[in-house]
Amino acid sequence: MKQDGKDIAHFPHRHLLGIEGLSPTEISILLDRSESYVDQNRRVDKTSPVLHGRTIINLFFEDSTRTRTSFELAGKRLGGDIINMSVATSSVKKGETLIDTAMTLNAMHPDVLVVRHPDSGAVKLLSEKVNCAVINGGDGSHEHPTQALLDALTIRRRRGHLSGLQVAICGDITHSRVARSNIHLLNTMGARVRLIAPCTLIPPGIERMGVEVFHNMADGMKDCDIVMMLRLQRERMGGNFLPSIREYFHFFGLDYEKLSHAKEDALIMHPGPMNRGVEIDTDVADDVGRSVIREQVEMGVAVRMAVLELLALNPEYEGKG
Amino acid sequence: MASKIAYINARLLDAASGLDAPGGVLTDGEEITDFGPDLAKKKGAPKGAKVIDCEGQCLAPGLVDMRIEIGALADTVHAAVSGGVTSAVCLPNTDPVIDDMSVVEFVARRARKQGMAKVYPYGAVTKGLAGVELAELGLLAESGAVAFSDGVLAVADAQVMRQALSYASTFGLMVVQHPEEPSLASEGVMNAGETATRLGLFGIPTQAEVIIVERDIRLAELTGGRLHMAHVSTAASIEAIRRAKARGVSITCDTAPPYFSLNEAAIGDYRTFAKLSPPLRGEDDRQAVVEGLKDGTIDAIGSDHTPRDEESKRLPFAQAAPGGIGLNTLLAVSLELYHNGHMGLLEVLKLITAAPAALMGLPAGRLEKGAPADLVLFDPNEGWKVGADALVGKAQNSPFDGRPVQGRVLRTVVDGRTVFEPDR
Repeated sequence: MKQDGKDIAHFPHRHLLGIEGLSPTEISILLDRSESYVDQNRRVDKTSPVLHGRTIINLFFEDSTRTRTSFELAGKRLGGDIINMSVATSSVKKGETLIDTAMTLNAMHPDVLVVRHPDSGAVKLLSEKVNCAVINGGDGSHEHPTQALLDALTIRRRRGHLSGLQVAICGDITHSRVARSNIHLLNTMGARVRLIAPCTLIPPGIERMGVEVFHNMADGMKDCDIVMMLRLQRERMGGNFLPSIREYFHFFGLDYEKLSHAKEDALIMHPGPMNRGVEIDTDVADDVGRSVIREQVEMGVAVRMAVLELLALNPEYEGKG
Repeated sequence: MASKIAYINARLLDAASGLDAPGGVLTDGEEITDFGPDLAKKKGAPKGAKVIDCEGQCLAPGLVDMRIEIGALADTVHAAVSGGVTSAVCLPNTDPVIDDMSVVEFVARRARKQGMAKVYPYGAVTKGLAGVELAELGLLAESGAVAFSDGVLAVADAQVMRQALSYASTFGLMVVQHPEEPSLASEGVMNAGETATRLGLFGIPTQAEVIIVERDIRLAELTGGRLHMAHVSTAASIEAIRRAKARGVSITCDTAPPYFSLNEAAIGDYRTFAKLSPPLRGEDDRQAVVEGLKDGTIDAIGSDHTPRDEESKRLPFAQAAPGGIGLNTLLAVSLELYHNGHMGLLEVLKLITAAPAALMGLPAGRLEKGAPADLVLFDPNEGWKVGADALVGKAQNSPFDGRPVQGRVLRTVVDGRTVFEPDR
């Protein structure tokens, strides 16, 4: 595949359902391509006709503002036709099954489906029933691959590389697809991953995914290059995971005191939306010298442009829908 | 039609008596009237008897399955005989629930009309399977319930379980528990551990099983009641039962083929056919189930046949209904224990004939003069591949889909009538 007369390495998969199983080369292909869109997004004219005539459907079975908007913007800047379908206005509420919805949309010949679903594995199930490329926009507590890619791009641009970095991921690991995708990606790229959370928010067996587990911030953050805070997903908490927000912030909320254990120039990241005063102190979140939280959002659009392009224009599958 | 049928030239297998020898079986109407080496050859058959040559294949009492969900009754009894099962005990989680005499009689009568596998019902332990008030255990027993169970639900309240064990022993029947602490299992959809964590699915810890097993062992000791643990799946609960038996507690248990033949890896990339209750466990637990079968801690194998329609399985894993069909593959998958060298052929057969029949008090599972002429003829070695869509019955949700197995049912006889022969 060519653009501006240059060859673009193609991504050898039909779908992007997760980071698990991708090789370092495949991840690099996605990141390298994203890099070129960072520049395009900073121009006055941010569009290019790469996906002209292609149809992208944002299919969101779960509320989302930023991921959906980010994909929508990405599709539009590439000149594709992108429409949003959300649960509130769809037939899903009328009892149509996930697979029927997939088949119905498939009959409209989209080129890419971007799917978010509250159940782990649902996006994979849907991908088996359609002819187009499918991007996982987050499935249950399983994976959120574009989030991990945008995190990686943010780190790579700041540090120049991923390998050898010590990354701490803090917060609700049990319910976090962001954590799982990041663990896979960072391990694959040679970074070292630590998880910091109270015992109730660490899922069983996670250390076998190649991480070190800590239960206090001082030990876990020691000498870290990157601190990734996770959103405390209160809406997902059915049981007694935590006694109170006050207690959580006291032990696991990121403030300057806890941050002092990390490297002096450690970067602070957060996938958003933030609960200020719950998992992160407002001053830390807004620290322009340390926090790259807004940069993550910017990288998100570039990553999604790259993923949409590489999947929609994949020469192995194009036109075979 | 000749009322006498001689099944000659067979390898007779009767686990109850330890018989494994060439011979034949003579039936007259619905009964076995003779069996033994004299019937091995055609000339041993009495005049006027119809002769069926078994061509040296294994002839055994029809299989007894102590735990099935009935689903669509006609469909299920056909699936049963295709698997060589001639007697099955169905859980009370029917619609309506088997917590009333009239339903016990209704289920038995409808099954009889099919003339396929015989169906015996469990009676509910509690009214509406709600786990609160005891059902009319005595009246249920009198109308034909062979044991009590709340089906796929645990009797969770310790006091209710205590009273159930105590009261059921008045009528000499056992209480069959689904050993799973509901509060530990409420959010879980598969075995807890690394695989669940990777898939982003909530797990059910193995402790959910052993907690109920250990609690109920204490209650059985307290009440002197007969306790049976259904489909045990973990090393810890098998060890607890082993110890309880050693000190004389009145406890028995069974397991189902998925728990000695598969582990949680069968879920792979969210395969809903492998979503079962209890969930498929890790490899260590699977091996412990095999050990429990070998040393006799586990008394029997029940198929746990749970028919589900396509819609309830074509869903995201967490939403899909648990359960797999098992009648069709009960023999072949159980025979893996024999082919893998864990047990002798007769020992395996005992677990799916005489042992469950004895636990449930059924007139089945053994070769005996005067016993019902329920037989299965099978080739223990013939290989085939389980294809869910090729199995008899509408339900296709086999956790063994795609698995190569050995052991083919060649003929199933119920009350002297051949009710199944495979298409050849």
